[in-house]
Amino acid sequence: MHGVNGRLTRPSRYTAAPMKRILVGIKRVVDYNVRIRVKPDGSGVITDGVKMSINPFDEIALEEALRIKERGGAEEVVVVTVGPADCQQQLRTALAMGADRALHVQADGVIEPLVTARVLLKLIEREQPLLVILGKQAIDDDNGQTGQLLAALWNRPQATYASKLELQAGTARVTREVDAGLETLDVDLPAVITTDLRLNEPRYVKLPDIMKAKKKPLDTLTLSALGVEPRVQLKAVNWSPPAQRQKGVLVKDAAELVAALRQKGLL
Amino acid sequence: MSIKILIVAEHDGAKLNPSIAKCVTCARAIDGADITLVVCAVNAAAVAGQAAQLAGVNRVLTIENPANEHALAAVLAPQIAALAGPYSHVFGPSTTFGKDLMARISGLLDAPQVSDIMAVESPTRFRRPIYAGNAILTVEVAAGLKVVGTVRTASFQAAAAGTPAPIEKATVSVEIPQHTRFVSVSAGRSDRPDLQSAARVISGGRALGSAEGFKILYALADKLGAAVGASRAAVDAGYAPNEMQVGQTGKIIAPELYVAIGISGAIQHLTGIKDARTIVAINKDAEAPIFEVADIGLVGDLFQIVPEIERLI
Repeated sequence: MHGVNGRLTRPSRYTAAPMKRILVGIKRVVDYNVRIRVKPDGSGVITDGVKMSINPFDEIALEEALRIKERGGAEEVVVVTVGPADCQQQLRTALAMGADRALHVQADGVIEPLVTARVLLKLIEREQPLLVILGKQAIDDDNGQTGQLLAALWNRPQATYASKLELQAGTARVTREVDAGLETLDVDLPAVITTDLRLNEPRYVKLPDIMKAKKKPLDTLTLSALGVEPRVQLKAVNWSPPAQRQKGVLVKDAAELVAALRQKGLL
Repeated sequence: MSIKILIVAEHDGAKLNPSIAKCVTCARAIDGADITLVVCAVNAAAVAGQAAQLAGVNRVLTIENPANEHALAAVLAPQIAALAGPYSHVFGPSTTFGKDLMARISGLLDAPQVSDIMAVESPTRFRRPIYAGNAILTVEVAAGLKVVGTVRTASFQAAAAGTPAPIEKATVSVEIPQHTRFVSVSAGRSDRPDLQSAARVISGGRALGSAEGFKILYALADKLGAAVGASRAAVDAGYAPNEMQVGQTGKIIAPELYVAIGISGAIQHLTGIKDARTIVAINKDAEAPIFEVADIGLVGDLFQIVPEIERLI
């Protein structure tokens, strides 16, 4: 248990050798360009035959980790995902982008953010990363929680919505996109960073890299081996389509537009 | 039976953020709500005074600490978590402040978070948008658990002013972490209304062509007393700063009047404006998806139309 002043549990015997390592979390989600539809019986959204991709914010997280490594700021980039067997496709894509190795934590059904955060905490104990970079939210459930949950459980700094990340000795200077504008924080390492859209533009995967990625290590673990219980605390009751707006009228020029706004009492 | 709800007040040291009046309305939708607002600050008096005015608030607690000068989640979360014991619900706004902080509180409390609450169906059942608002999920929090929530402010009206609630000092005994330090904030200084609470918003897209191009929007906005927003494409292109971005990953707003100028209307943008009372679209492409949701549409050259509107009003 991790209370308000949560302490790390003792390191597991799997603890990896000390190395400047970055752990990147990725999630398999319905592709950004797919138009989502709710099943007529309200039991979910239609995902059969739909294109799946790495969550775009996670792709940015991986790109940032790779750039840090390429600049000499890290020695190894490890990608991790929690989910069913299909997720290995996205891990292979991440390896093709340049990650050194992948960890697949096998889990079926709904994985709530607190479960994902507990899995990541267990992997942190094994991998001892300098930095954990995650997307700020997944574009499927739009929860936006995992990074903050992990930082709380780990009792380490969080810098969410990052649009700039500079590593210094033992600290990171992070610029965050916040409602007021841009906020800059200094955080001691290790820390959790979550990415915003303008942190970088992820690279495209090249064909030879896809071939090379097949030879990179991809280890599969289970929740039970990590000692994480797949708790479901938020029961999905029903899915429904959003209220639709009615298509309005077209006006022909600025004068008609102003007249229409006056008629509605908006001017 | 009363249900004790704690709302974390967002503020800038002087002013209560308008999102909090909306969180109060969300909390009041829970039957038997007994609402406590907590203000963490260096000197909390001014903000607490404003919080106490909101109808439906039963009391305001202040936690004063020099460490609370900047709203750092790592600093605030342990203080709120230490206070949260007697409360069944802990709410904050779905602003960058609330999203950053509430999930950290959720982690410290080991309590699930319901993100972006748009409707309350019972003390444990909520509706929230997923897939950029393309589906609405109803979730039930398992019995006996504390509920942490962020409130989608565009879904609720602001609570009105009421009889002032009592203000009390609270003390919490927690270790404040030193591992996270505020360096600076660069806020675009603007005399225009706040984008998230403005009644009128004028937004521009990539078709504006440059930061210079945005000037015609600022001129129109100033004449209308409107806030100015931007599409992700316009922000990515550097025409407007990030705090102006409207959409799934930017600000979710619900003004009386939203005018989308040179914005095609990607679903990620539309999710940020679908609660606007009236949407006006001006775009040269008659096929742009923005016209599917616009109440009033005008197809044409924005560089002619916008200055003309400004002259006519």
